[in-house]
Order: sequence, then C-alpha cells, then structure tokens
Amino acid sequence: MPEWNSKLQWLLYISIGLLVAQAVTDNARIVLHWAGMAILGWLLYTISTNEKFKEARFLVTAIVPYLGVAFISETIRLINVDFYNKWHGWSDTLQTFAFIWGVGTWIVTRKQRKELIKARQKAIEEEQNNKVISAMKAQLEVQVAERTAELTKQKEELENALDELKATQAQLIQSEKMASLGELTAGIAHEIQNPLNFVNNFSEVNKELITEMKHEIDSGNLSEAKNIARDIQDNEEKITFHGKRADAIVKSMLQHSRTSSGKKEPTDINALADEYLRLAFHGLRAKDKSFNAKFETDFDDRIGQINIVQQDIGRVLLNLINNAFYSVSEKLRKDIPGYEPTITVTTKKTGDQPNTRVEIRVADNGNGVPKKVLDKIFQPFFTTKPTGLGTGLGLSLSYDIITRGHGGELKVETKDGEGAEFIIILPTQ
Amino acid sequence: MKILVVDDERDIEVLFEQRFRREIKTGEIDFAFAYSGEQALQYLNQHVHEAVLILSDINMPGMSGLELLRHIKQKFSHPPPVVMMITAYGDAENYSQAMRLGADDFLTKPLDFTVLKEKLKEKVQ
Repeated sequence: MPEWNSKLQWLLYISIGLLVAQAVTDNARIVLHWAGMAILGWLLYTISTNEKFKEARFLVTAIVPYLGVAFISETIRLINVDFYNKWHGWSDTLQTFAFIWGVGTWIVTRKQRKELIKARQKAIEEEQNNKVISAMKAQLEVQVAERTAELTKQKEELENALDELKATQAQLIQSEKMASLGELTAGIAHEIQNPLNFVNNFSEVNKELITEMKHEIDSGNLSEAKNIARDIQDNEEKITFHGKRADAIVKSMLQHSRTSSGKKEPTDINALADEYLRLAFHGLRAKDKSFNAKFETDFDDRIGQINIVQQDIGRVLLNLINNAFYSVSEKLRKDIPGYEPTITVTTKKTGDQPNTRVEIRVADNGNGVPKKVLDKIFQPFFTTKPTGLGTGLGLSLSYDIITRGHGGELKVETKDGEGAEFIIILPTQ
Repeated sequence: MKILVVDDERDIEVLFEQRFRREIKTGEIDFAFAYSGEQALQYLNQHVHEAVLILSDINMPGMSGLELLRHIKQKFSHPPPVVMMITAYGDAENYSQAMRLGADDFLTKPLDFTVLKEKLKEKVQ
C-alpha cells in the first residue's frame, strides 16, 4: 500500500507538527485541539470504511469514546467557557476513562489477534502437514507400484525359469533313459540273437524232419513218421517260444525308451527282474569282454502279478542291476585272490492281507557304498563314477519312481568293501 | 564218440539231438550236455577221458567258456580233448584269447551245422 504509506507519513508529520505547536504556543490551543480531532476523526473514518484497514478496526472501537468525549468537551468549551470551566474536572475524568477503555480494548484485541495468528499458523502448519502427507502418500503409491511391477517381473522370470527347469528335467530324464538304453544295446542284441538263432535252427531242423517224415510215410513206417511229427510239433513250440522271447525283448526296449505312460498294469515282477538282469549282464559283457560275474536269482512264486508302471520299475531294476555289475567289475580290477563277483536278485512277498508287500533285493559283493557318501547317493547329479560315465540321475530317479510313483520304499544296506544291497519295497495294493 | 556241449541255453540240447539225429541213431556221436562251466568241469571230473571233444559257448554267467577252456587244458592233458569255442560275438579279442588258451577251433553263432558236422568228423579222425 505505497499510496497509503505516503499519506500516513504526511499524517504523522502533521501530528508531530501539531504536538510541537501545542507545546510551543499557548494561544491557538483550541484550533490545535480541533485540528487534532479532525485528523483523528478522518483517520478513524478511513479505517472503518476502507477494506484495506480491516485489521485495524479495533482502533475505532478503542478511540471513538475518547474522541467523542474530547469532541463534546471542546464543543462545550466553544459554546460556553464558563460551563466548561465549571465541569472541566468531569470531562477530564471521562477522558481518562475513555483512554483506559482504549488501552483495554487495544490489549484485548492484541491478545485475540495473537491467538488468531496462532490458530491461523496452526491451520497453515496442518495444511502443510497434510500437503507433506499427501506428497508422501503419492510417493509411496509410486514406490508400491514400482515394487509391484518389479515383483510381477520377478514372478514371471521365476515362472519362466521353472518352466525351463521342468523342460530340462524332462530332457535329463530322457537322456538318462537313452544313456541306460545305450548301455543295454549290446545286451539287447545278444538277447535277441540267441532266440533268433533258435528260431532259424529249429525251422531248418523242421524242414529236414518233414523230408524225413515223407520218406518214412512212403516206406510205410507210420509209427516212425508219427514220432517225427511229434518232434516237429515240439520244435514248432520252441520256435514260437523263442520268437516270443525276442519279441518281448524288442517290446521292452521300445518301452524303455518311450516316455512313461504312468499307467499301472498287472506285471510279473519276477519275469521283469529276470529280463533286466540278463540285459544288464550281456550289456556289460559286450562292453568289457573279459568281464564275468555270477548272477543268482531267488524268486518268490507266490507274488503273482502286481500293479506297477512296468516301464518305470523296469528302469529302477535296470539301474540297480547295472550299478551292482559296475560295483563288482570295479572290485574285480583290484585282483583280490579268490574274489568271485556275484549279483543276487531276490523277490519276496511279505506282510499279511491286506497289507501285503513285495520286496525286491538287488545285492552285490562289490565295493559297497562308503559311509561318507551314503546319504548323498539318492541326490540328483551325485555320482561316484568318473566324469562322463554316470549322469548321477539313476538312483535319484529310481528313488522318485519307487516313493512318489508307487508309494514304496527304496533302501540300501551296505558294508564298505563288502558289497551293497538295495531293497525295493512295493505295496501290492 | 562222446561230445560234451556246454551252453547256458537249455534248448541247445534238443537242437543238437535233432540236428544230429542220424548220427546219434547210428551211434556215431554221443552227446552230453552241461549248462555252465562249473557243470562241465564236474562232468569231466566224473567221466574222465570220456568226452573226446568239447563244444563250449564263451558267454555264460558264472564261469565263462574261456575259463573253462583254461581249466580243461591244465587239468585234462592226457590226452588233451579237442575243445571248440563258440561265441555270439565273433570279435578278434575273444578269438585271440581262445587261441592263446589252446582252443582247437573257434566258431561263431548262429552255428552252421553242416560246417560243424564236417569239422567234427575232421577233428575226430
């Protein structure tokens, strides 16, 4: 309010001038009084009417009584000096009261204003606090959104990683299967060659026999012809038997390489164990021609058929038997006098109805499992074989198949240096 | 002439009996069978010098044909029987090992019985 500043400054100078004049002269007192009152009146009028001085309006309340008393007393003095002189004391008292009133009003107002300012400041502070809070809130929201995005991204990454791991696992399982199939190939070839030889040989024999039989019939030797016919019949059965044998081996080989159907079927566990024992033996034999081992079986005929995923259990058996052969072949290298490598596969029905179980034991007299690795052998990727020779997945997959796939148990009993026995326990229900 | 056939495949017995039915009938050849190296040694111990010719498979569980061959050549030297080895794997390693151990002949499966018959006659004479 620069215009008011200068006006008020002028007013200040005039007031000071008036005060000085009053102090210096004695003659024009009345004029000076009126001038003072006029200035004050004008001032109060301005304050009360102008919006800009709203906050100073209390001055009007404070000063008006004093001005009123002064105005009346000066007016009386102008009209009747005697009357003024007579009642002069009263006027002074009234003026004193008016003055006290003014001061009081000023003090009260000041106090009120202080409180008002305080309240206003508090409101401003609160507003500021609110502003800060809402700013923080906004910031937090941004942060939360960022974090959420980050977490979502991480979750997606983890899901991708999980998918990849699953794919890799499937690949590993498949390659483990293929690796064990590779070990089997020679055994399979041998196992197919033998029955095929029989099929060929017996067919040839039968051809000969038929010629002979014709000859006997021609010469009227019917009883001898009948004998030959019986032989031919027997041979035919042999041919069928060995043909089926080869067929079964090819089928099981195909089954071994296929992805598991996961379907449980009634299976002759003894036949399965016998088949894989032979395959494993001939497989190892084909790789290492000097290798030899005794293998013995003790099958419990009471078992009959049990419900299993044939292909999976076949893999477990193959793995355990292969391990057993590996172990004895390692021990054989030590050239221990009198050492005779032996693998024994035993099956046994245990428990009473309805909790009957089948126990399959694959035992060897090889090196055994050292104590320090015993609790690791079922872990994936653990292997004691030299690099490249074992995937380290055989036993871990076997463990999975037996426990999770069939609700059974896979245990090991071993004495370091004396051999190991792996025990599969399968519930028959 | 007594021939001992050693093979873990049991049907080999029927096959030989039929393949050599004429020779068996005429008494020209007499067969004995063993299903493992151990059984073969047992037979040889019990029937000393009876078998003049031994036909053995190499691939057998337990005692292999090659081990059997070594035993025979060590123990039964007077007079040494003729030993012919048979294997499903016609590989050089098996062959040289069999020959080193003193095998008289080496045949591969599947057996050609015509050839076998000729060889048997040849060895015996």
